[in-house]
Amino acid sequence: MNLKPKIRLLTFALIMLMAVLLTGCSEQMIVLDPKGPIGESQKDLIYLSVILCAIVLVPVLLLTAFIVWRYRDRKDSKASYKPNWEHSTKLEIIWWGIPIIIIAILGVITVKYTYELEPSKPLVSDKAPLVIEATSLDWKWLFTYPEEGISTVNYIQIPKDRPIQFKVTADQAMNSFWIPQLGGQIYAMSGMAMTLHLQADEPGLYYGSGANFTGELFAKMTFDVKATSDEEYDAWVKEIKSNYPALTEDGFKKLTEKGASNQQFFSSFPEGLFDRVVKQYIGKGGTGHHHGGGSTEAEASKDAAKANEHEQHEGMSDKEMSEMEGMDHGAVKTASGEHAGH
Amino acid sequence: MFQNFIDFMLNDFFVTGDPLILGAQVSIALASVAVVFVLTYFKKWRWLWTEWLTTVDHKKIGIMYIIASILMLFRGGVDALLIRTQLALPNLEFLHADHYNAIFTTHGVIMILFMAMPLMFGLFNIVVPLQIGARDVAYPFLNSLSFWLFFFGAMLFNVSFVIGGSPDAGWLAYPPLSELSGSPGVGQDFYIWGIQISGIGSLASGINFVVTILKMRAPGMKLMQMPMFTWSVLSSSVTIMFAFPILTVTLFLLFIDRYLGAHFFTLDGGGNPMMYINLIWMWGHPEVYIVILPAFGIFSEIVSTFSKKKLFGYKSMVFALMSISFFSFFTWAHHFFTMGSGANVNAFFAITTMLIAIPTGVKIFNWLFTMFRGRITFSQPMLWTIAFIPCFIVGGMTGVMLSVAPADFQFHNSYFLIAHFHQVLIGGVVFGYFAGLYYWWPKMFGFKLHDGIGKWVFWLWNIGFYVCFMPQYALGLMGMTRRFNEYNFDMGWQPLNVVSTIGGFIMGLAFLFQVWQIAHSIKFFKKEKSGDAWDGRTLEWSIPSPAPMYNFARVPVVTSQDEWWEEKQRIANGGKPKPLAPLEPIHMPKNSAIPFIMSVFFFIAGFGFVWGWTWMIVPGLLGVAICMIARSFSYDTDFYIPVDEIERTEAAALKGAN
Repeated sequence: MNLKPKIRLLTFALIMLMAVLLTGCSEQMIVLDPKGPIGESQKDLIYLSVILCAIVLVPVLLLTAFIVWRYRDRKDSKASYKPNWEHSTKLEIIWWGIPIIIIAILGVITVKYTYELEPSKPLVSDKAPLVIEATSLDWKWLFTYPEEGISTVNYIQIPKDRPIQFKVTADQAMNSFWIPQLGGQIYAMSGMAMTLHLQADEPGLYYGSGANFTGELFAKMTFDVKATSDEEYDAWVKEIKSNYPALTEDGFKKLTEKGASNQQFFSSFPEGLFDRVVKQYIGKGGTGHHHGGGSTEAEASKDAAKANEHEQHEGMSDKEMSEMEGMDHGAVKTASGEHAGH
Repeated sequence: MFQNFIDFMLNDFFVTGDPLILGAQVSIALASVAVVFVLTYFKKWRWLWTEWLTTVDHKKIGIMYIIASILMLFRGGVDALLIRTQLALPNLEFLHADHYNAIFTTHGVIMILFMAMPLMFGLFNIVVPLQIGARDVAYPFLNSLSFWLFFFGAMLFNVSFVIGGSPDAGWLAYPPLSELSGSPGVGQDFYIWGIQISGIGSLASGINFVVTILKMRAPGMKLMQMPMFTWSVLSSSVTIMFAFPILTVTLFLLFIDRYLGAHFFTLDGGGNPMMYINLIWMWGHPEVYIVILPAFGIFSEIVSTFSKKKLFGYKSMVFALMSISFFSFFTWAHHFFTMGSGANVNAFFAITTMLIAIPTGVKIFNWLFTMFRGRITFSQPMLWTIAFIPCFIVGGMTGVMLSVAPADFQFHNSYFLIAHFHQVLIGGVVFGYFAGLYYWWPKMFGFKLHDGIGKWVFWLWNIGFYVCFMPQYALGLMGMTRRFNEYNFDMGWQPLNVVSTIGGFIMGLAFLFQVWQIAHSIKFFKKEKSGDAWDGRTLEWSIPSPAPMYNFARVPVVTSQDEWWEEKQRIANGGKPKPLAPLEPIHMPKNSAIPFIMSVFFFIAGFGFVWGWTWMIVPGLLGVAICMIARSFSYDTDFYIPVDEIERTEAAALKGAN
């Protein structure tokens, strides 16, 4: 069989090709090139888990190669042959033990970081976080800056070294909000506002995308994130405020229609737009969770006031619903935001 | 009126306007005509009906499962190559966005539910009764019904490709995208009913094999003497019994949402899509263990046979299998760490996920130490097993990396995840089932598959696999998200995507070689004279190949694990063969047309539900009910094979052996 040398050559060539390509792309591995504290910790965790795994992986791969080679069947084999050797308590303790120890170590680290990197937990900083609200529409991202009063589509500008509190929701299909170089993603789900805290340590232009399939033009839901100095950021806000049109109710309605969009900028947006999107289904008996990206323990005190407010809404909406029963029957497909939380 | 009908046919019923689909429609029509012609020309209709469509023989049902799964592998593979072609270059216009979305959806559903599952059930069917010394499964009629429900469910799903339009909301169809508001077309209904109908079959098969293994073992075979494959089937079938009802209920609720306007998972009316995501993964995660556990069993059999050595750590292996199937029910939330369930929940599910790595790792060590101090021969089944080990270790390790919840926020939904699950599903399940197919092929058909072509198949699959999926780990770290149908030049994703596509096509080539291998081996048919093709260890190798319809002329009495090997050793050491008991008439189940007919009615009802046609639903369900009643009142369901016929069959088999 003269197949072997050919295949060996082919395998070697392909591996070399892949190695070249992989090293060529290393600076584009944006997950491993983070520009913010959250992404940095996640990168450390990734490397740590790789190392822990490699402690098992490498010896086992070598052992496999050794055993398969050493005990292959040939006439003058000097390797021992014990066809009925089937049990060794000592050995079994070793290989139940090693994975248990590795997993225990990794488990402890994982649990610690799970609490530390909980996305709803505010970042430690002497600056107050900048709030940006992100809404996944079919098939574009709408960003609203409640403090500045401006709004953008498929583009975020942020000041560096200042924590950003993203509040994330979806108008319809579930999405996921991901800026790999700043840190991990969070689902964007309708009827609730998820919280994700991120921060950029360096100025730069970062890639962001929707990471959960939302339908036809899902691939168009990428966006740019530009981190700049405070001064540049302020100048940018000023420029948007003076040079661009306002986002009107009609303009928003247009954005919710199915379709992709280029980057857009608006000098203002309707008051409470984000909350309205979050609560648009309450009138229909939805429960309008106000998630802090999770159990909200970390944010319990901060959210207490909101929770109260939220409960009031719920109570009201229940009443509203009972009043509207019959009236709203059969509205299966329509999902207008008319009775949103008022 | 007539004009309306024509309009409906062209606009809604048939998928029109896409050259690829038009080509498929034409080729489906041509292939159907050809099949009908061949069957009529060679007067094979009666043979098809009596020998195959109405059979309750577990070996034939197993073969039908395997044929169906290979067809589905072809369909799912073509989907995969279309996906890879579309992604080879940035901003390629090869497939429309909606077409692309349909293709990755059907690729996922078909590969898991209509390729892996039937291939698995095929091997269950062929091997389990033979390994435990039984003459059939516990419920042969139900077994046939399971197969036909699977088959017609799969057909219902596949037909959406040319009629009505394929589902395009992802393989697990997350709402609200899969609700009427997100997917108003009938594609999603085909998804629901295709999976529902075949799901009933899967559940019934699970029950059938649990009962078969617990109640039908040959006298003397204790649980702890069962072959390891049978153990893996037991663990997998128990998992099916607990997992599949969840799937059925979940899809039924989605159906009620869509059909009757309920609000289980809608956005309005108090519905909660998160509930669906939890439920579907409560089935979905055990499901991946359902398909991988039998592969573990296959590897155990093969490693032991081709190392000429007893399986190392039998008790550990059994414990590992059962604990994997137990823990598989407590890990589902790791599929959505990013849903914001909070640190407590994420920490819990991260730990349970990591725990599964322990028994899995132990199994690897046990296989290695089965080879240790053995005599390894590299036949085709063993090649696949040896390739599996490093592949699965790496895939398992990236799985552990994904289970680190806070890091998963960066991996989730990226190509890193895609690479991981393809590595464990191809490197584990597909390689495992291929190993099993090559191993038991002589038992099924009485001949081995050609070795030289088999080596090409093996190397092409392996090289293709690594070339295709290793770059995808890197692509994930480069921020490439799954289900993107296009990307821009500036991301730098293009070179690795080209490599990945090349790998995909190498696997496609490997599949063609496999088809060639089978065709070649049939053409140059070389009868495997001995029933014991590999110097095997378990009972299936003690009978002729292919096995006679009653499997064992005399029910074997088992005294040890590796019964057949021990018996051979005993005789080689000068022991006398066991005295043969006198033959007795064998009690066997009769063929029945009811499973086939009932499944056709299920198909009709399902098709009616898809389109909301009450005039079709009612006769469909009525037909199902009548079939059930007919079965309840049929008492003529079994017969005896007389002794002289057994003698003739055995003598013929013996003659072939000499």
